[in-house]
Amino acid sequence: MNFNRLTSQLSTLDPRLYQIASLSTLLLYGVIWLHFDISVIQIAVTLATALLTQYVGKRFYNLPAFDPKSPLISALSLSLLLRTNHLEVAALAAAVAIGSKFVIRWKDKHVFNPTNLALVVMIGGGLGWISPGQWGQVAWFGFLVACLGSLVVTRAARADVTLAFLTFYIGLLFARAVRLGDPLTIPFHQIESGALLIFSFFMISDPKTTPDSRTGRIIYALLVTLAALYVQFGFFRPNGPLWGLIACAPFVPLIDRLLPAVRYDWSRPTTGQPSVPVPLVLSLHPQRRFS
Amino acid sequence: MRRIVVPMLTMLIGLYACSGEASAFCGFYVGKADTKLFNKASEVAIARHDNKTVITMANDFKGDVKEFAMVVPVPTVLDKEQIHIGDPAVLKHLADYSAPRLVEYFDENPCRRYDMMQDRMGAMKSMAPASAEAKRERDQVLGVTVEAQYLVGEYDILILSAKESAGLETWLTENGYKIPNGASAVLHSYLKQNLKFFVAKVNLGEQTKLGLTHLRPLQIAFESPKFMLPIRLGTVNADGAQELFIYFLTKQGRVETINYRTVRLPEAQEIPLYVKDKFGDFYRDLFTQQVKRESERGVFLEYAWDMNWCDPCAANPLSAEELRGLGVFWQDSLGSPQRGRSMPMAQNVFLTRLHVRYDAAHFPEDLTFQETSDRSNFQARYILRHPWTGTDECPAATAYQQQLRERYEKEAQTLATLTGWNIGEIRKTMNIAAVPTVEGKKWYQQLWAN
Repeated sequence: MNFNRLTSQLSTLDPRLYQIASLSTLLLYGVIWLHFDISVIQIAVTLATALLTQYVGKRFYNLPAFDPKSPLISALSLSLLLRTNHLEVAALAAAVAIGSKFVIRWKDKHVFNPTNLALVVMIGGGLGWISPGQWGQVAWFGFLVACLGSLVVTRAARADVTLAFLTFYIGLLFARAVRLGDPLTIPFHQIESGALLIFSFFMISDPKTTPDSRTGRIIYALLVTLAALYVQFGFFRPNGPLWGLIACAPFVPLIDRLLPAVRYDWSRPTTGQPSVPVPLVLSLHPQRRFS
Repeated sequence: MRRIVVPMLTMLIGLYACSGEASAFCGFYVGKADTKLFNKASEVAIARHDNKTVITMANDFKGDVKEFAMVVPVPTVLDKEQIHIGDPAVLKHLADYSAPRLVEYFDENPCRRYDMMQDRMGAMKSMAPASAEAKRERDQVLGVTVEAQYLVGEYDILILSAKESAGLETWLTENGYKIPNGASAVLHSYLKQNLKFFVAKVNLGEQTKLGLTHLRPLQIAFESPKFMLPIRLGTVNADGAQELFIYFLTKQGRVETINYRTVRLPEAQEIPLYVKDKFGDFYRDLFTQQVKRESERGVFLEYAWDMNWCDPCAANPLSAEELRGLGVFWQDSLGSPQRGRSMPMAQNVFLTRLHVRYDAAHFPEDLTFQETSDRSNFQARYILRHPWTGTDECPAATAYQQQLRERYEKEAQTLATLTGWNIGEIRKTMNIAAVPTVEGKKWYQQLWAN
């Protein structure tokens, strides 16, 4: 009984709170135990710049209510992924991430996932790098559980894009291994990257930058997967998913046009189908109303 | 408060000033642990910029050279000009320059509150493997194409491509290459990925003609977006783990693995003085301990430094000429013997030294790398701190004596943690028990001073 009440109370909270909690835990673990190459100052600079940019953006565009949650998620993701020796670069990355939400827009929706864009700009410009191999099994597995758990608890309305991407991506990696005759330890090893999890649960899933309809999102996940794998095995470049997502982001307006649906609002999480209750992906509770 | 801060600052500044330049005062070379510390080790140097890659593969093959053969997957068919024999001395120089080092500091008379320093270091060496045996007799098809065949130095070299792995395996076996059981699956995977096979064995006649007693490093130069090192073939039949040292010479910055954790070794730790005579053992056990800590899945960073300098220097930086020999093609050659008497400086060369202990269970996939823009320096450096042995009397000297025993204890614990050695043994060897405990006043005695 108590458990049910607890979960129902938890599930009324903004899903971003869970995201912030799990990202912060991971960052703490990474810095203390895995010795991530990031200083506390750099984390502070990233967080502060992200919040400040959000505040300034809201003021400049006369938007209501400053909400720190989204910029915090972007800043935490940046701290987890971006490595640099210069604080200015960390600040610039945070500013680019949050600033892009206000500047690069199409029909009242921002085009690029903020973290994704900032990472690609920084790496492309040779200002920083991502260390995708730095996680180790324990961190990876723990984080996977946390990510899946947060899907369950928050019944994230847009979990479909995450699950679709992971299914396509992992499925194709295994298919490749089978074709090459490789032992399956290889694809298992390949997915054991914290960067992949952050990407799947925090970037591609961003409801503000994915297509509004479910079919659209699944098509989108497939496009991103193909682009990601091409970068990885065609160009032999690291961070395939990041480049894949940035390359596919401009297709979102097109997909939205072909498959229109209801725009997402953080306070009213929906899957995009008008006036239909959320099909509860991985849900504990059979019913819940959003209004 | 101020009284504490001032000497601290002095010491920090002292250290900083010292490490700011590669002065002779800071580093002078005493000795090195020049033994074969690690079994079954190989050394590879990779110079890479803009997809252009030069790989130097060294081996310290101990057996009969007739038995020596090497099978390396390569991304392209190589011309004869793309294959070269390297100078083992240069590779040795590179290994010495980047070796983990031991540094000595001497405590000054505490009555004068200055630290004077002297550095010493040890260096380490490693060795290399061989994979199969060779006894070629005939060209055979089996779906195998001999794309090219060269005699380079003392090596007979073949570039093979194949339609399917079974044919390749049969061909290799028929031609006297001992292919371990289970290699077939790996060969299959490489073939599907469009890799060719670079096969080398020793031409005995040439070797005798050249009057060589050891095998020199083989070098290959090619252009490919793949920044990786194939290790899977080597793990197929290996009994136990193998050691690999990889030296990267790059333009931009530090290199790291993207599919395994690259971990910095613990460094700048103070350890007991007696380690000086067994630095080799110390380092080998420290490394093993770190491998365990990372669940045998880590790749370890031993050195990352701009080729222009070092501090302390385990060996002088490599000259522009030596670097060219290792495949550094991007340096301006104009005015190479510049700067008069000082050694010609290497430009835009960043050295990364990685050390990995691998086996099939923990390293299922080939090592894949990326070059980062990180140019910060790192070295595996360990510190011996000699106590002051003077007899001056002053309050500072008393305080100094009091903390000595505590310091020794800390060093003993550091050593035990780093190497997994028995703490009791360490204490015994250090003879901590014999260190006089200068009877200091208890804190409450100092409090009321009565």
